Amino acid sequence: MVSLETASKGSRFAYAFIIYLIIWCIFIYSPGIDLRHFIQEFSVGIVFSLIAAGLSYEHLSMRGLKNLSPRRIWWAIKYVPVFIWAMIKANIDVAYRVLHPARPIKPGIVRIRTSLKNPVGKLALANSITLTPGTMTMQIVKDRYYIHWIYVRSEDEEEAGKDIKGNFEKYLKEVFD
Amino acid sequence: MNWIFLILEIFGYIFIGIGSFFLLLASIGLLRMPDVYNRMQTATKATTLGALSVLFGIGLLDLNWMPKSLVIALFILLTAPVGASALARASYKAGIALWKGSVVDKYKEEKEEE
Repeated sequence: MVSLETASKGSRFAYAFIIYLIIWCIFIYSPGIDLRHFIQEFSVGIVFSLIAAGLSYEHLSMRGLKNLSPRRIWWAIKYVPVFIWAMIKANIDVAYRVLHPARPIKPGIVRIRTSLKNPVGKLALANSITLTPGTMTMQIVKDRYYIHWIYVRSEDEEEAGKDIKGNFEKYLKEVFD
Repeated sequence: MNWIFLILEIFGYIFIGIGSFFLLLASIGLLRMPDVYNRMQTATKATTLGALSVLFGIGLLDLNWMPKSLVIALFILLTAPVGASALARASYKAGIALWKGSVVDKYKEEKEEE
């Protein structure tokens, strides 16, 4: 088992605060807002972000500010187009299976393994798998994923893993591990 | 400058149209698929992209809404699959059988190991 090192409380608190403040700023943004109003809104945002961060920083992250290193953010940005493309393929796949008169499905639950260690990384991989062609994560037990596959092409852990994970794991490893 | 907004508006409506189409597919999928797990599959994927596409289209219609709709899209993206997984697992634990045409069930082994 990997040891889950946790950053200092201050760093985790600062991370939660920054994330909340960014989300707040996006929500209050409107074009043509004048400076005086923006400063008012922003100060209120600081107060509420502090309160929210104080209540929830323990659950939001374990690595705190290290999550915001430029390398991680860069890989996260590179991951976006890969993921969106996989999602579009997934939906064309769904359309094909739903509209085809013979309903070409061969469902089953397979098991694959991951080399990701970070719990958030595992969650991100599980979410990605759910939204990509024909697969849905049902359960994660340690490094084992149980996946409902709408058209089982291989029951072997290795082969199925390659087919299902595609190149997500490479990106998520850079972002989270 | 007006024609830029016209083009954006056209694309906005195209995205909303595509989104509605996928939402429709999701509901057809719900009717056509044989068991709860396959239904979850079509329902999750198609509704997520459908909702995302509609939100993006709204963002294009009025660019002021774009940042907000992108944040909403992000939250949908984070929560929809988690909900689907939880529902699928709950149905499995409640003993709902896989469709008779299913070829493999590795999850059963896990339960026996416990």
